[in-house]
Amino acid sequence: MSEHHITAGFLPLTDSAILVAAREKGFAASEGIDLTLVRETSWASIRDRIAVGHFEVAHMLAPMPIAANLGLTPMRLDLIAPLALGLGGNAVTVSNALWQAMEEAGAKGPDDPAAVGAALRKVIEDRQGQGSGRLRFGVVHPHSGHNFELRYWLAACGIDPERDVEITVVPPPLTADAMAAGRIDGFCVGEPWNSVAVAAGHARIATIKAAIWRSSPEKVLGVRADWAEAHSDTLARLLRALYRAAAWCGEAENHEELAAILSGEAYLGQPAKLLLGALDGRLETGGGIHRFADFFLAVEKAATFPWQSHALWFYSQMVRWGQVPHGEANAEKARASFRPDIYRAALGPLGAALPAASMKVEGALTAPTPVGATSGRLILGPDGFFDGAVFDPAELDSYIYGQRSAGAGD
Amino acid sequence: MSPRSLSVLVIDENTLRAAIIEAGLREAGHEHVTVVHDVNGIAQRIAEIEPDVIVIDLENPNRDMLENMFNLSRAVRRPIAMFVDQSDQSAIEAAVDAGVSAYVVDGLRQERVKPIVDMAISRFNAYSKLARELEEAKSALENRKLVDRAKGILMRSKGISEEEAYTLLRRAAMNQNRKISEIAQSLILASGLLDE
Repeated sequence: MSEHHITAGFLPLTDSAILVAAREKGFAASEGIDLTLVRETSWASIRDRIAVGHFEVAHMLAPMPIAANLGLTPMRLDLIAPLALGLGGNAVTVSNALWQAMEEAGAKGPDDPAAVGAALRKVIEDRQGQGSGRLRFGVVHPHSGHNFELRYWLAACGIDPERDVEITVVPPPLTADAMAAGRIDGFCVGEPWNSVAVAAGHARIATIKAAIWRSSPEKVLGVRADWAEAHSDTLARLLRALYRAAAWCGEAENHEELAAILSGEAYLGQPAKLLLGALDGRLETGGGIHRFADFFLAVEKAATFPWQSHALWFYSQMVRWGQVPHGEANAEKARASFRPDIYRAALGPLGAALPAASMKVEGALTAPTPVGATSGRLILGPDGFFDGAVFDPAELDSYIYGQRSAGAGD
Repeated sequence: MSPRSLSVLVIDENTLRAAIIEAGLREAGHEHVTVVHDVNGIAQRIAEIEPDVIVIDLENPNRDMLENMFNLSRAVRRPIAMFVDQSDQSAIEAAVDAGVSAYVVDGLRQERVKPIVDMAISRFNAYSKLARELEEAKSALENRKLVDRAKGILMRSKGISEEEAYTLLRRAAMNQNRKISEIAQSLILASGLLDE
């Protein structure tokens, strides 16, 4: 039965769940795919090994394929993202000492990023007055949702990510240790590494990705473009398997089993209890268990659909922070990195409700809203940014010009 | 006049492998070789050493941090890019297969860098082979210990000689088409159960 061999690289993060479930729950096998999963230690290693053909596909940061196609990576590589591996899943976590200072400055619950950010700004201003050094925040990669959402949040709260703080790269499994050693004061990272730092007693979850931007993109299935072209049938099988795996992961009744699978040594190697929080959206923040709305979505709200508006938003942030100059050709490369056409062609036969559009206005929905779908009923939203801003991909230029001043620390 | 010899930085948490690479580079005439085992404070070290070539284990989890640092350092000092000449796909494959990643100062001619990277690749492969052989030797020793214990059990329970015990084990292995160490392991396990 299994005649199609696919090797996928992944990093030990909770949002590798869909790939892991596709293998462990037999969704890949039932599509005739023998799926091998290889745990990696860095995104650089994932990139290198997909480039030389060790992997056909991989768990990737959503901006990675865009960065590769824009020529921003050291290795020449064309990648596509024909499927997203869920929405949300990250948090911003700070050291106990920083949290204490922020609390004194008025920070409260993690659901209000504006208030948490205002408190952080006050702490930073106080430190500047005392001549203390800049606070250091860790992110996992320059081309990551973590980097961009952290910077977005800081900038919208009046903190200049380039001047008022220092942003450094720390591999996810080392974030808790780096904080314990005092090398960083905070970080933005995917689960379970926030919960690991909290459980170790070093840290406090200050806010989360879904509070900064609800229903926002995080990881994708990255595929080598030439391989996708030459193996469209195998890829379609894999996408169907992943979609079914996502549906399984999205069922609350499966979360305990999923957490147990992910806790295995070959996958995350962390206690299942620690992994369950992100799946259920109930996390220990360090100040008690907190129930989060839409912390991580595996399948709901078209969570696996590769929205080209998501690709363009990431692109707008790459421009914002000086990673790439803005131009029509670059924007087009970014947009075309995400492939809803391949997604629709593969999943059409399943009869699932797929979005009819390939782009949407991000931040426009304030409540769950039925939208146009190829078949059945599809609910999207809410998908707002915490500062009330709206990203209309049709108005990319004005969005990009409008955000420049924020980066300059106005 | 020969060009100034290149400065090479080897970053490897595996001290044995790092030593093997360093020795190889020195034998090949590279005088400026620095080995770093811990990436803490690496930015400072790189600023001091100003390496022309950096060789690092592909699996080092800090590569994302390093690459980000190289990117950021563009404005301040000499930019560093990965050793990936797109025309030389086979070299890239050999490096990734061996588990080597290398970065070079931008603009350095490839023919000056290639021997260094080739040396790193061959030393990485040599180390992997050594590690594999060590593993095999260890398991051979383990197997011999198992067989010795099984022989002892048979000699005691059946009152036979060592040679007869060995013959019994070997015959069982042949009949069941299994390794003699596997038979020995089953026997030790079974005898442990019976003793309880």
